Amino acid sequence: MAGVDDFAQVLESVPGGGIILTSVDAVADWARGHSLWMMPMGTACCAMELIAASFSRFDFDRHGSIPRPDPRHTDVMVVAGTITRKMAPAVKLLWEQMPDPKWCIAMGNCAISGGIFYYDTYSVVRGVDEFLPVDVYIAGCPPRPEALQDAVLRLREKVRADSMSPGRRRAIEGVLPLPTAGDGTAEGGSE
Amino acid sequence: MSLVELREHLCATFPDLCPLFSIEFGDGVLQVGPERLHEAMEGLKTLGFDMLGMVTAVDFGEEFELVYRLRAREMGVAIIVRARLPRHTPRAASVTDLWPAADWHEREVYDLFGIVFEGHPDLRRILLPDDWVGHPLRKDYEDPSIIRRPDYR
Repeated sequence: MAGVDDFAQVLESVPGGGIILTSVDAVADWARGHSLWMMPMGTACCAMELIAASFSRFDFDRHGSIPRPDPRHTDVMVVAGTITRKMAPAVKLLWEQMPDPKWCIAMGNCAISGGIFYYDTYSVVRGVDEFLPVDVYIAGCPPRPEALQDAVLRLREKVRADSMSPGRRRAIEGVLPLPTAGDGTAEGGSE
Repeated sequence: MSLVELREHLCATFPDLCPLFSIEFGDGVLQVGPERLHEAMEGLKTLGFDMLGMVTAVDFGEEFELVYRLRAREMGVAIIVRARLPRHTPRAASVTDLWPAADWHEREVYDLFGIVFEGHPDLRRILLPDDWVGHPLRKDYEDPSIIRRPDYR
């Protein structure tokens, strides 16, 4: 991406270049955010929910998220399931075969931290973020397809905040609204 | 065929295997020594046990116990064959020459318990990576990467 960064900086220094950059960013981010093709890295029971997500009941096609069984066609890797120490190199290889820009969703407790296999195990990687840069985590064992849908929409927010110019990349606001400690306004609180 | 009929059939054909046979919790069990394992399995195959369903092992500390489950499709009966091996020399004869299905099962037992099957055509690890050290299902297996569950009680 270094070449793109240099190009964006040159374009920004030209009079009127910022307007072009804004327009190009808007089109590129819209296109990327609405065609997040998924690499379904399903290795365990979470894959059932991932499969259900693409069929007619949940219908992820309407978000532009189509599962493709080829890393070279896809933008987002959905790691759904337990990753063992023997499987990890294969997952990393598939990730490296995906073209930039690419994102990663860790679906389910096993992909986040090892889940129920965290303790007393010799064979399981404790979270896919040990070797992949994860953008969105979905908790659950397994999470429902609605949760995956939420993750895709949150990821779209992240993609929209991206820019060709490093200086224009925006902070992602409102993606994870955390309650402030002690203000008593958190949802689900008592009284 | 019931297990009682199987016992009669077995005792009529192989009288020396007869005292080793017992019925435990509704399963026919043949407990043999490791040196007679292959001979007994050969006999069972001629008796009609044509399908090997499972090979596994149990760690009893001083000994390992190999467990085979055989099924006779014509007779409609299953039998469990067990053999105790000493821990210091965990070696047994391979039964891949009798049932080719034993190939991967024996590799799995070798991988996880370190039991060596003599006569196996390709005895190497099957589940774990090739460069793995140790055999994880042994009770004395130690791995620094394991995080032990804290005692919450």
